[in-house]
Amino acid sequence: MLYIPLWKKILTIGICLLGLLFASPNFFTREQLENFPSWYPKSQITLGLDLQGGAHLLLEVDFDAVQKEQMASLADMVRTTLRKDRIGYTGLAAKKDFVTLTLRNPDDLEKVKSLIHNTDKEVEITSAAEGQLTLRFDEASLRARRKSVLAQSIEIVRRRVDEMGTAEPFIQQQGDDRILVQLPGVQDPARIKTMLGKTAKLQFRFVDMSIDAEPGKSVPGVDILPEERDGKTVYLAVKKQIILSGENLVDAQPGFDDYHRPAINFKFDSLGAKKFGEATKNNVGQAFAIVLDDKIIMAPRIDVPIMDGRGQITGGFTVQQAQDLALLMRAGALPAPLNVIEERTVGPGLGADSIASGEYATIIAILMVAAFMFIAYSFFGAIANIAVVFNLILLFAALSVTHATLTLPGIAGIALTVGMAVDANVLINERIKEELRNGRKMLSAIDAGYNRAMTTIIDSNLTTLIGVALLYYFGAGPTRGFAVTTSLGIIISMFTAISLTKLILAWWIGWRRPTHLPI
Amino acid sequence: MGLHIIPYDTKINFVSKKNIIFAILIAVAVVCLGSIFTKGFTYGIDFKGGLLLEIRTSGPADIGKLRSELSDLVQGEVTLQEFGAPNDVLIRVEQQPGGDAGQLVALNKIKEKLGTGVEYRKVESVGPKVSEDLIRNGIYAVIGALVAMLIYIWFRFEWQFGVCSLITLAHDALIVLGLFSIFGLEFNENAIIAVLITVTYSINDTVVIYDRIRENLRKFKKMPLANLINLSINETLSRTILTSTTTLLSLLGLYFFGGPVIAAFSLPIIVGILAGTVSSITVSAPLLLHMHLRDDNGLEKLSKG
Repeated sequence: MLYIPLWKKILTIGICLLGLLFASPNFFTREQLENFPSWYPKSQITLGLDLQGGAHLLLEVDFDAVQKEQMASLADMVRTTLRKDRIGYTGLAAKKDFVTLTLRNPDDLEKVKSLIHNTDKEVEITSAAEGQLTLRFDEASLRARRKSVLAQSIEIVRRRVDEMGTAEPFIQQQGDDRILVQLPGVQDPARIKTMLGKTAKLQFRFVDMSIDAEPGKSVPGVDILPEERDGKTVYLAVKKQIILSGENLVDAQPGFDDYHRPAINFKFDSLGAKKFGEATKNNVGQAFAIVLDDKIIMAPRIDVPIMDGRGQITGGFTVQQAQDLALLMRAGALPAPLNVIEERTVGPGLGADSIASGEYATIIAILMVAAFMFIAYSFFGAIANIAVVFNLILLFAALSVTHATLTLPGIAGIALTVGMAVDANVLINERIKEELRNGRKMLSAIDAGYNRAMTTIIDSNLTTLIGVALLYYFGAGPTRGFAVTTSLGIIISMFTAISLTKLILAWWIGWRRPTHLPI
Repeated sequence: MGLHIIPYDTKINFVSKKNIIFAILIAVAVVCLGSIFTKGFTYGIDFKGGLLLEIRTSGPADIGKLRSELSDLVQGEVTLQEFGAPNDVLIRVEQQPGGDAGQLVALNKIKEKLGTGVEYRKVESVGPKVSEDLIRNGIYAVIGALVAMLIYIWFRFEWQFGVCSLITLAHDALIVLGLFSIFGLEFNENAIIAVLITVTYSINDTVVIYDRIRENLRKFKKMPLANLINLSINETLSRTILTSTTTLLSLLGLYFFGGPVIAAFSLPIIVGILAGTVSSITVSAPLLLHMHLRDDNGLEKLSKG
């Protein structure tokens, strides 16, 4: 009789029973599971977007735009700093990743350096002959800045997607400048794309009525910005200085004004309310502009100071626009524009078809392999087939528990695993046959067969796992799904094909006490 | 009693025929290489960028009419093909100028033209940057897998085994790539998976044979190397064929019953596994003869166990 220690028997059976338990939720509906006792496992296999349908968007953070803005504000800072101390310069210009200027008097160099460093320590200043200066940010601060821009973008994307009420969105950083957004069940990502395509920088700034605003005109200290008014575009000169920005908002809700036009009611936080109150108190009679992404939404005149930090925007928009804008205001501004660089949507029809044909093909594949194993090894083939069934059950359990995603290539991976999982049994059975031919007794042939096949099984499975691991590491979405099912399948097969088959064999021998092996 | 597909006393002299076999396999490899360099690949949108739409129309689709309508809308080539059923159409549009934004503009135009009467089963838009990354990652994955396996074999066996397995794997990968090139199959992310599966599968067979060679080197210290390699191949032949058969059976199930996407995915793997099985038997082990194993210290170490 084959000797297997008791603890090993218990462990083997225990793992199989646990597998059954954790795989079982997949055969019930969510509603049915609700009524099961609380200890009962409830997690089911997560289907990839290609199987359940949905939208996949890959967004890229536009760091060029961030850099451009950063250089413009550095140039502004230099301008104000040098003007304040009456230091003469010419040719101040913001380039791609640096700012240049030439000092009228090269002797001012040290003074300029210390002045600028007092304002911003992260600026590096290099000087060439004749007072020509180049200013740039140091590497560490640029890196830190990129990182925070990306992290902040992900946060804002998450808030906007959540606010839109999408079920179970999946948002994740990809590489160092990308954000992956997966939206199960979303058929047409057009609205989400529009919502993510706006940076939604909201600013409250004063209008300079004394300047004749013409598009394209450049006046220091103000921006000429457009406003849509009754279908026409008018221009206003808006002071660069920002009274308040969207960061001070605590709430924004769509509603209607007194004339039943769609409007947005917003509320500042206490600091914002205080600042806004002071600014409006000192500027009664002036106009201020509510600016969103460099476009004026409205420019009302201040009749009375606004002290309670509440306001209403009416910009002649539709109900939908008011809702979207309120959402964007609540979720906050993106630190940089986002570009959609990859978009994939799968309809629910295709997803359902893929599941159906995948299931069908996998069942046929399993049946063919099982029939073949039975023909090739009769009784030993039947044992291997039981092992394959448990391999699949444990694979389902592992996929459910780890919340790994099952994709269409993943289904192919399951079928392929079945074909490869019997490999260990083929190796063992061939070895047993050989040992029998070499004149060993039945039990010692079985023992030797299992022991000697072991090194080969480990070597061959480990090399396979190496390949699959690289596939996971470099692959994306569906490819990873394939790598996950295949690697789990291989690891599980090392258990089912060895421990489980040996246990079944030991039982059978103890029960039937055969004199020769039907192999 | 089980069926003996390969009789246990099979003694095929693979080693003596190795020159003929090598010549045939080199010829096949040259053809594949030639096609890859002259004809190249038919890249899918994963690697080339562009748009892909799978639509289902209410009745049988008029592909000719659709093609002329869509060709006017966008720049570059538009290809349409029936996909599984007469009312399922696969539309491929070349990478549009104007980067990622241009791409989306074209997609919107097409959707507007097709209207609401069709069911969008799948819509994909891949920009130029993404496709560059996918190509790079695909190449990294294949090279990385080859190197990692070489190191593993080197570590578990000896460097000669590593080199021979690497040559075998390169040959298998080349055949799968050649298949894509010669028959103009769409080369996409799944193609990379196919190459990697071929490689991992082939190494699996090779390792089983090498394991047996290592074992026999310890057992028969006096046996001439050619005989020993032959013996090892024949002893493992039954297992090699059986396992390949079970894997091929499940892949054939996928190919015939899994629908168009899975079929396209499993065909190159079927060819790759066939190539891998053949080359494991006929290349990886006989190649060891050329590595001067006998007077090498490494092998001495192995045979002493």
